[in-house]
Amino acid sequence: MAQRFERSENRAAMTIGYFLKSKRRYEILTKLATHVLLLLGAMTVFLPFFWMVSTSFKGLSEVFLFPPQWFPEQILFTNYQQVLRTFPFFRFFLNSTFVSVTVAFGVIASCALGAYSFARIQFWGRDVLFLLFLGTMMIPGQVTMIPVFIWMRELGWINTYQALIFPQIQAATPFGTFLLRQFFMTLPDSYEEAAILDGANRLQIFWTIFLPLSKPALATLGMFSFMGSWNNLLWPLIMINSQRLMTLPLGLQTLQGQYTVQWNLLMAGTVLAVLPVLLCYFLAQRYFVEGITLSGIKG
Amino acid sequence: MATSRRRNNITGVLFLLPNLVLLMALTLFPVLYAFYLGFFQWDIISEPVFVGLENYLRLARSERFWQVLFNTVYYTVGTVPLQLFVALIIAVLLNQGIRGKTAYRMVFFLPVVTSWVAVALLFRWLYNPDFGLINYVLSFVGIPPLPWLSSPGMAMPAVILTNVWKSMGYFAVIFLAGLQGVPQEMLESASIDGAGPFRRFINITLPMLTPTLFFVIIISIIQSFQVFEQVLVMTEGGPMDATNVLVLHIYDNAFRWFRMGYAVSMAWTLFVVIFVLTLLQMKFQNRWVFYR
Repeated sequence: MAQRFERSENRAAMTIGYFLKSKRRYEILTKLATHVLLLLGAMTVFLPFFWMVSTSFKGLSEVFLFPPQWFPEQILFTNYQQVLRTFPFFRFFLNSTFVSVTVAFGVIASCALGAYSFARIQFWGRDVLFLLFLGTMMIPGQVTMIPVFIWMRELGWINTYQALIFPQIQAATPFGTFLLRQFFMTLPDSYEEAAILDGANRLQIFWTIFLPLSKPALATLGMFSFMGSWNNLLWPLIMINSQRLMTLPLGLQTLQGQYTVQWNLLMAGTVLAVLPVLLCYFLAQRYFVEGITLSGIKG
Repeated sequence: MATSRRRNNITGVLFLLPNLVLLMALTLFPVLYAFYLGFFQWDIISEPVFVGLENYLRLARSERFWQVLFNTVYYTVGTVPLQLFVALIIAVLLNQGIRGKTAYRMVFFLPVVTSWVAVALLFRWLYNPDFGLINYVLSFVGIPPLPWLSSPGMAMPAVILTNVWKSMGYFAVIFLAGLQGVPQEMLESASIDGAGPFRRFINITLPMLTPTLFFVIIISIIQSFQVFEQVLVMTEGGPMDATNVLVLHIYDNAFRWFRMGYAVSMAWTLFVVIFVLTLLQMKFQNRWVFYR
């Protein structure tokens, strides 16, 4: 075919026409184009991350070079050492972990209990109460943020973990309750009836039947609230000003105030702040994607 | 029978107890309190002063507030169509039955997992007018260095582009789920009838995708009106208020200048705007959303 190509232009045009018309080749070409476009997109996503890591290893004189250097001349760990000396990142990490894990378990506990009640127990005023729950999901957090701040301040809870934990549990609870209630409604009654005949009480039914059956839903909800809390800046910003209690996002934000233009140090801090969650993401990608896209269902 | 009903009332409420306590303490009571606070001038330290509707009237008179509201609308109008368009393209490409779909999806989702503070800080560096990577890459295609975040005209587009970068993977995953719901037989029979890929997309895939699209437009508008963290970290609302948005202005008023009543009145305005926009979309959905 290559030879024919050279012989005459006319022939070549025909060959290309044939090439395009042939269905298999057409498919190969579209596949190729798809990959090229996706690779371009993936590069756009990946390059900033690469630049973050590359900058974090550079010396300050190398940071301020134009045209910039893709790779550091020499890999310097001194940026990380300096950032870690002035900023207790490990402490921030522990704070973030403690707060987010507690929030996730709190959300799971309150939502699962409430959802069971809404789905399975016939009590007085249930449907009105459920509507009220749905209604509160419409109110944006900015409306309640100021009163909650004032209240926490009166309680003397500024600079405490509980001021971070409780409002963030409530932020996810009405939605989570709704979600789990819908899930519990789909479970067949027969399981429960058998358990009631065996003399089990409500709490036993909830604990031994409903919870085990809804593990995947609970895990997704937990992941959703964990990530929401882990990456949240607003609540820590309002509630915390003592460095001891800062979470990673707030710590990073204060780092920005300290090293205004020392981009190598700032990027080292950024790498330290995003590393834990990115590592977890690589290990449990599916749960992250499912958990986070859950907020899309929230609406 | 009566006792069992009473028992149900008690157990029902007991199961709901944690939920109810949280709801009353952190949503219902604060909402009522916020409504009340809207009629007061209060700096948190001295006695609150009742001012009636003055906070709301001041809001209507404040040029800065209208500027901030305009910026929020500008941000929303710039962000929503662009990020949904890019996300839809990614989703369609990922849906071509290609190899490595999971790997691509993993990369596109990376920014979604990363916190806004980290992304915003990173982009401040990338947008650096003198040493930033973005201007360097643009120089390859002959575009002269742009001032980005330091110019009032370009700061908002820069913030919008950052948001597209961070959120496209999130919306692509939602679109992808919607695309997988498009019945394959329908596409195949259209293909047999001679419809090319473009026509199949316009006449079958897109109509089938409208429920997803409707829902995604609603949430992305709500999210855009609540934009805060990225602006706080990237520009703090500057230069010259060019990127100052509603929630940032609420935050500044409440927690920097301690104008609690005024800030609350602004939060209520935000609520009304979001509520009305969502209601309008619900009302007009039957004009374009196609439910099977």
